[in-house]
Amino acid sequence: MDGGLAPLAAARVGRGASVSLVDLEKRFEGVGAVRGISLEVASGEFLTLLGPSGSGKTTTLMMIAGFETPSGGDIAIDRQSVVGVPPHRRNIGMVFQNYALFPHLTVAENIAFPLKQRGVDRATRAARVVEALQLVRLPGYEARYPRQLSGGQQQRVALARAIVFQPRLLLMDEPLGALDKQLRESLQLEMRRLHADLGITFVYVTHDQEEALTMSDRIAVVNEGRIAQLGRPEELYDRPCDRFVASFLGESNFLTGTVRGMEAGVVVADCAGAVLRAVAPQGLAVGSAVTLSTRPERMRFDGVSGAAEGNRLRTTVTEAVFAGERCRYLLRAEDGTMLVLKEPSSATTRRRAVGEVAEITWPVADTVVV
Amino acid sequence: MRSVPALGVPVGTLRVLPVRAWNIRALVAGPALLVGPLLLFMAAFYGYPVLAMLARSVTDPHPTLANFAQLAGDGVFLHVFGNTLRTALVVTIGTLLLGYPVALALSRMRPTAATITLTLVLLPFWTSVLVRSYAWMVLLGRRGLINEALRALDIIQTPLKLLNTSFAVDIAMVHILLPYMILPIASVMRQIDPSLPRAAAGMGATPWGAFRQVILPLSMPGALAGTLLVFVLSLGFYITPALVGGPRDLMLSQLIAQQVDLLNWPYAACLSVTLLGATLVLLAATQVLPGVRGAFRLGSR
Repeated sequence: MDGGLAPLAAARVGRGASVSLVDLEKRFEGVGAVRGISLEVASGEFLTLLGPSGSGKTTTLMMIAGFETPSGGDIAIDRQSVVGVPPHRRNIGMVFQNYALFPHLTVAENIAFPLKQRGVDRATRAARVVEALQLVRLPGYEARYPRQLSGGQQQRVALARAIVFQPRLLLMDEPLGALDKQLRESLQLEMRRLHADLGITFVYVTHDQEEALTMSDRIAVVNEGRIAQLGRPEELYDRPCDRFVASFLGESNFLTGTVRGMEAGVVVADCAGAVLRAVAPQGLAVGSAVTLSTRPERMRFDGVSGAAEGNRLRTTVTEAVFAGERCRYLLRAEDGTMLVLKEPSSATTRRRAVGEVAEITWPVADTVVV
Repeated sequence: MRSVPALGVPVGTLRVLPVRAWNIRALVAGPALLVGPLLLFMAAFYGYPVLAMLARSVTDPHPTLANFAQLAGDGVFLHVFGNTLRTALVVTIGTLLLGYPVALALSRMRPTAATITLTLVLLPFWTSVLVRSYAWMVLLGRRGLINEALRALDIIQTPLKLLNTSFAVDIAMVHILLPYMILPIASVMRQIDPSLPRAAAGMGATPWGAFRQVILPLSMPGALAGTLLVFVLSLGFYITPALVGGPRDLMLSQLIAQQVDLLNWPYAACLSVTLLGATLVLLAATQVLPGVRGAFRLGSR
């Protein structure tokens, strides 16, 4: 073990560990919690496993940490299989959902815990603790006990404890779940900063799509024990591959109809009493059923500034809600399909009234087949 | 917000119960009324007789402290008191060594297995101390199960003297008092967040290291409570030493009973005060010891 005092926050290329999951499976009493997850996490990447509760994301994380044994498949860290290696020999930092701080130890003793296990001498331990507390912006809290700290402060201590021994991989299980919205947002930014400073690999589990979008390099959307879609946040948001991803990651409008024809990567379909176009990665048979998806904030009322040509639909306003930074309208198309439209609020835009007939438009590029 | 002092519940939440309004008012007005009958009963049938008995240690035959002064030079008393302390100590250590691992195992079991094990721990608890002490007489007697078995196996020729020894008292009392040690430890261990040993392992602690640095210190309040409980109960044990103990190794409570039989009230009262005093001093000491109070507070979280 390196007992020296290399600064914790010295960003170095290749400092993070790579992780690869191959056909990873976990069954609990015959029931599949994880059903074949394959994933390559690059060195230094911030990857988020995003999914609803019970999707298998936490089980996957626990298998990487070594707290659960896979029923099938393989886990490799830095190309070395770790299946069968007990957690205390994996050298992975971990932040638990409830922080798991030791209530009988002070903040300093908590943070020094992993160093003590590694035989680091007392003086070095003390110096590292000070440094780690500075890194999580909690200097001077060494002598406190966890119960004397607020939730956000406990979270920072848990983070400091997880990185103080310079692991090359940090796992986090919904670490911000118990905090209020404002604190969550500021800690999200801090996690990003910490990730950039440390240069180590982060694997983060959450059910909060906003958190995933804000922080991650890449997101793996997990559903029913499988990866539904893997990609950069923008890719997932703009090009969701199926209805689950489109509705779990942000809000989406779905329009069902039949394919009328194809023109150069764009599908033309009869939907909601109109002819609509959408980006289609592969050809679709004429006459087959199709579902198009669009984000509510990409739609505009016809004629307002920023309204783009492309798809056009005639609707009736059924509900109008002012929500501060935007107005949210619930619209009904002529065939009865309900749509949500979000318009950035400004003093100059005209508020639509319930019952008003309105034409809406949105770009073909913002419409995908799901 | 107004709250029911005795229950610590906001008054508003009580309204959801199908209770008449005057009931709630009574509850708010006087918790004293609710415990009152029991207090009266205890004062009349327990408090008064005990105090009257204890008073005799300084009033019989006339107001004096001479009874106590005699104790210091009383060979019989010193022997019995020493034996009582020794027995309590041995029994406490015995139950701690045997009970702690069981409590640890209980905390790591799946719910069904834990329920079954807990029932097995409690089963002797529901049997009378008298019956269990007789069972030990059957086992340890000259012609008892152990001696007969050893003789049948040709390990011994003449039966061992097991019954009516302090060894028999120690064994039987450890057996009888084990649940009092296991239950407090198990209940504290169950409150330990299971992610704590996990976190320790994740940070590089070996299973033994995680136990020593996390589980052991966090379970100390339970071990302390169990130790205190068993020690105090041991000090006043009567039936078991009377049945399986030796005539020369009396416990304090046996001596008291003997003196009462002899109608030597002042001496018996004096011994009772000493026993009560020893127990109270012990309780007070554990409250004052550094760290103990904090440990108890931690356990109640």
